[in-house]
Amino acid sequence: MPRSTATGLRALLLTALLSVLACAPPGIANETGAQDFQQIERGRYLAAAGDCAGCHTDPRGGRPYAGGRPIQTPFGRVLAANITPDRDTGIGAWSDAQFDAAVRGGKMPNGSRLYPAMPYPYFARMRQEDVQALRAYLNTLAPVRNDVHSNQLPFPFNIRAFMRVWNALYFKSGVYRPDPRKSPSWNRGAYLVTGPGHCGACHTPKTPLGGDLSGKPLQGYSIQGWFAPDITDDSRRGLGDWSPQDVAEYLKNGHNRFAGAAGPMSDEVANGSSQMSDADLLAIATYLKDQHSHAPQISPVSLQDPAMVAGSAIYQDLCSACHRGDGRGIPYLIPDLAGSASVASDKPTSIVRVVLNGAKTVATEGEPTGPAMPSFKWQLSDTQVAAVTTYVRNSWGHAAQPTAASDVRKARKQLDASGN
Amino acid sequence: MTERLPSKDVVIVGLGWTGSIVANELADAGLQVMAIERGPWRDAAMSYAPNYAQDELRYRIRHELFLRPDQTTFTFRNKMSQTALPIRTWGAFMPPNGVGGGGVHWNGETWRFLPSDFVLATHLKQRYGEHFLPADMTIQDWGVTFQELEPHYDRFEYLCGTSGTAGNLKGEIRDGGNPFEGPRSREYPNPAQEQPFSHTLFAKAARELGYKPFPQPSGNMSRAYRNPLGVRLGPCTYCGFCEWFGCANYSKSSPQTTILPVLVRKSNFQARDNCEVTRINLDSSGQRATGVTFVDSAGQEFEQPAELVILAAYTIFNVQLLMLSGIGQRYDPVANRGVIGRNFTHQTTSDVTSFFDPARFVFNPFIASGAIGMCIDEFNGDNFDHGPHGFVGGGYMGQVQTNGRPIESTPVPPGTPSWGARWKQAVRENYLSALKPGTGVHGSMYSYRDVYLDLDPTYRDRFQRPLVRITLDFHENELKQNAFLTDRFAEIFHAMGARQIVKEYRKGPYDITAYQTTHLCGGAIMGTDPSTSALNRYLQSWDVPNLFVMGASAFPQNAGYNPTGTVAALAYWSAAQIRSQYLKNPGPLVHA
Repeated sequence: MPRSTATGLRALLLTALLSVLACAPPGIANETGAQDFQQIERGRYLAAAGDCAGCHTDPRGGRPYAGGRPIQTPFGRVLAANITPDRDTGIGAWSDAQFDAAVRGGKMPNGSRLYPAMPYPYFARMRQEDVQALRAYLNTLAPVRNDVHSNQLPFPFNIRAFMRVWNALYFKSGVYRPDPRKSPSWNRGAYLVTGPGHCGACHTPKTPLGGDLSGKPLQGYSIQGWFAPDITDDSRRGLGDWSPQDVAEYLKNGHNRFAGAAGPMSDEVANGSSQMSDADLLAIATYLKDQHSHAPQISPVSLQDPAMVAGSAIYQDLCSACHRGDGRGIPYLIPDLAGSASVASDKPTSIVRVVLNGAKTVATEGEPTGPAMPSFKWQLSDTQVAAVTTYVRNSWGHAAQPTAASDVRKARKQLDASGN
Repeated sequence: MTERLPSKDVVIVGLGWTGSIVANELADAGLQVMAIERGPWRDAAMSYAPNYAQDELRYRIRHELFLRPDQTTFTFRNKMSQTALPIRTWGAFMPPNGVGGGGVHWNGETWRFLPSDFVLATHLKQRYGEHFLPADMTIQDWGVTFQELEPHYDRFEYLCGTSGTAGNLKGEIRDGGNPFEGPRSREYPNPAQEQPFSHTLFAKAARELGYKPFPQPSGNMSRAYRNPLGVRLGPCTYCGFCEWFGCANYSKSSPQTTILPVLVRKSNFQARDNCEVTRINLDSSGQRATGVTFVDSAGQEFEQPAELVILAAYTIFNVQLLMLSGIGQRYDPVANRGVIGRNFTHQTTSDVTSFFDPARFVFNPFIASGAIGMCIDEFNGDNFDHGPHGFVGGGYMGQVQTNGRPIESTPVPPGTPSWGARWKQAVRENYLSALKPGTGVHGSMYSYRDVYLDLDPTYRDRFQRPLVRITLDFHENELKQNAFLTDRFAEIFHAMGARQIVKEYRKGPYDITAYQTTHLCGGAIMGTDPSTSALNRYLQSWDVPNLFVMGASAFPQNAGYNPTGTVAALAYWSAAQIRSQYLKNPGPLVHA
């Protein structure tokens, strides 16, 4: 009967598990203790915090951490590496020191340089014992044979030696140093955000060469067809209206009373922050709420502007049933547009994309609903999408540049090209 | 070649309301659950997006969400003496299809049956004597009581976020609710919906006539709601596209908006869509199910072995699978023997269309929700003395108008030409001031010896299996009941100030082409005696104890309410018994 079957299965699994634990994975050239439970757990936690699986697992049916996922960079495509302990195609043959040099220094065992699609400039802030814990965890994975040729960049970017120049410009080594004037929670948050969490990889504006723009940390950047919004405490474009608890709740559940995570952030929540402790999430919130940016004030587009008139009518017709007339949706279900950092961001990238393509928010243990918005691509012309996004970005206290129909056309082409 | 799949603890046939409920309960018990659904996967936002879902032609007229009769259908006749013919386009009822089942397209009317409904035969015979009932009426007690089901009704209502006003809270009668309902253990999870003008006017007139009107219990949200599983619903926008339509505003309770988001996260739950189960397999003893056989959309046949089989398809398909699998003795109306196919019922509904002075009444009928409405229950079940009337049964009645959709909502006074300029003018004049509640009188249909399901001798489906044959007609008792209720209903519209009233009595013979609700019931009924019921009081097959059959096919007769609340309560009741008793000691839960 079901019950006895289930018990039998459990016993079988337990036996299998014990035998795996008894014989440590063969042939791993490392010095970390394979059976230090606490270290492995810490590594597993950091792998989640850094969402390593997010890049290192191919979403087209790839095995976890076996690499192959294409990562779009401004210079072309790289494929994420296989970081399972396979000796030939993964990192099984690396020493701990070689692993550390790659993660924190961007250096491969053969002396060549990694591309910063692997966010080693952030991981450089990590403490050595955390990097070793990460290694210990990765060692527990089943080795997967998957030969990935990471470098798919066009000439001249495919010459890895250029990375020496890039590193000279943008890479600073050095472990995170706590600020004694701040609380332990603030410092923990700073460590997670600037180190393993590598929030700035998406949220910090970049130079034309893809390095972090100095002096503008976490103030928003276009990436992968989305705009990763300003996540400083800025009241107009950032998290100003959110309490630290709101920030922590969003990271834990993907939803709070204002917003729901979609796009790349929904992967981050599902694989990353939803797995983190409440204390760490509150620490991240504490740190973010203490970051400031000073966006120039601009005036909203006039209500008499033809785009605003048309946009208002489209909004009433198609958007207001869910997002309501005042742009305040339904807490935890329909995201607010009023006061939203994604709406108010410098570029309309995300809002245009969501109107065109629709979006599904993340479903998590804490908020399993995962509500979605439909695509309006088939229903609205470029001019209409431009009008309604201009309206939303200039209503309820928002002020932003009007959306150009040509930007919508470009976004539509890109979505079509990517098969969306 | 049939491919044999790895065995599961549980296989569930159909992933609608009951399939989802039982799957979630049994997955929570730690079992490996596989659900097999004939139709497609349906996701709220993606499958009927709010920017195209309000399409009356596509969904209402062309039956987008329903089974296609060319995939499978039924044959129909009124009388045993007639030759049944296949239904080629749906009319009287709409067989659902796809994940969510009827829970996708329903209106959300979430009623409880009366305590006396569950002991109907005993109750009526006690009150009116043995001879008051027609000789060929075959009504029975259910074997389960209202008191036993109450916690399970409550669970479903809290799952759905049902909006309503309690009329009987732990025995205390409350103003504004239904004073006839059985005692409920707590308030509805959400307050009643706001009611449009015509609905409140109906309530006012009803009150002045001495009735006690109350808001219809609604699966459309009156406010944002988070259910006990953590799933969120949003407030209804009163768009008037509810019945026949899916709701991607997350405002109508459905498996998609209440259970499935949690169920699909469970690693011990799996589902296969677009796969049709063709039979339940039995071992050589014939008393133990070994799993099911199904066919995928490519025509490949699979066997899914399982320790426990849950039949959770639509009424007729449950009965058909039992018959085709040789489970239980098929009903023979001549010999009055056998159980599978017996006590098949539908609903006895009618309507009143009323015309008001356009200068004085602007009803804006397009502002509505699926389960909006003000109702009275004075004429339901045995809430009134039937002695002087010569019939039994009854129903709720109410201004329950759910929409003013353009294709169907064109009521014009009798005598208006059916096309042309004068018709257009009459539509214009009356659109805002005419009322057409739809199934305004929602009456019971009791069971009879010659109303039943069996296998058609001629027509077969695409797998060469015989189609189910429906033999169904209205009996004198139901027609009398309907005439009486329709007259009472019309009186209320008269009191509202209608200047013209058209009573649309339900008349025989039963018409398979005209919509009358999708509430088909019976055919595999529950009870206390294996010679007159297919299932025991826990919905367990008397013949094959590792088979449970969910759904309205278990109703011994139909009450004067929409069935979903009771269907779901029975599913929770059965699942609770499987978890607490059956899994510990698999075997018959009742020894007859």
